[in-house]
Amino acid sequence: MSANIVYAILVTSLATFLSRFLGVISSQGIKETSKLFRWFNCLAYATLAALIARTIIFPAGVLVDSTYSSRLIVVLLSLFVFFISKKNYIYPTVFSAICMTIINNYI
Amino acid sequence: MINKKFFFKGYRSILTHDSPAIALTCCFIAIGALFKNLGFNIQESIFSTMLTYALPGSLVMAESMLIGASLFNIFLAVWFVNARLYPMTVSLFPLMMHKSQPKWKYYFSCHFIAVSAWLIMRSNYKQIPKKHRIDYWIGIGSATVSVSVLGTYIGFSFSDYFNKDMMIGLAILNPVYFLCMMVGASKTIQITLSVSLGIILGPVIYLYSPEWSILLAGVIGGTIAYLIGEHSVS
Repeated sequence: MSANIVYAILVTSLATFLSRFLGVISSQGIKETSKLFRWFNCLAYATLAALIARTIIFPAGVLVDSTYSSRLIVVLLSLFVFFISKKNYIYPTVFSAICMTIINNYI
Repeated sequence: MINKKFFFKGYRSILTHDSPAIALTCCFIAIGALFKNLGFNIQESIFSTMLTYALPGSLVMAESMLIGASLFNIFLAVWFVNARLYPMTVSLFPLMMHKSQPKWKYYFSCHFIAVSAWLIMRSNYKQIPKKHRIDYWIGIGSATVSVSVLGTYIGFSFSDYFNKDMMIGLAILNPVYFLCMMVGASKTIQITLSVSLGIILGPVIYLYSPEWSILLAGVIGGTIAYLIGEHSVS
């Protein structure tokens, strides 16, 4: 392994583990029925939702090469599939990948 | 030690009809292919997935390496992006802590905190006795890491056969899967509001502060949702 890549992986792992570890330390005095726990629960859901929305609207990586409208169409259609499939998670997910590949290939 | 019955129950949780295994594998297929394009070898790619086990963090590392960022810059960028793991941990671990369990299990298993495993645990924890939830959680985490490693291997090995459109198709799968899980989890006013406000505020704040957008949207949206939810209950 080249040293630079290994160091980058180790630094990335450390930066990721830090948040998780600090979370465990903070959890030790928090009861699941407390207001503080409910607040953190809201923070977690809102943070995840923000991450997902940002990924779709302002993507990084290969998604940058797709158009904004194609991503929006695929997400809306996938949500439609999610609801008509009685909230099954697999159908809309597989559908989104196929739909995105096709749309991106032809548009 | 780890209770095998609950460990394997957790491990099998990814084999259900609405399992995240397919989505997770596909996401890591994309990451595996990206690693190969970056010049990683197979050992480095799998090492990275096992040690980091967080998609946005891996993506940030890859992008930072592409532009030749320093190790310190990579550390800061990944830390900011993965800071969301802190509230996720604090909102999960109190559900699993039991006085009869040794602390090393918590310190070790916090490595498994990631969106998929977190959402699976949140939807199933009530069915598991509190004493054994940590063993169940370690099972879920081991299973999700296993499929992530498998996905990375597949992506790395077959990256030459994927064209750009297929890679884009694989990349959209992850946010769509998480979005469906979040919508599915929105059963109380607090969570519904948290998800809705996060979706709105995340991109809006990004326009002003890309680095802080996710954290700020989480704190502002989550706090507003919490206050409204508490007010409506009282």
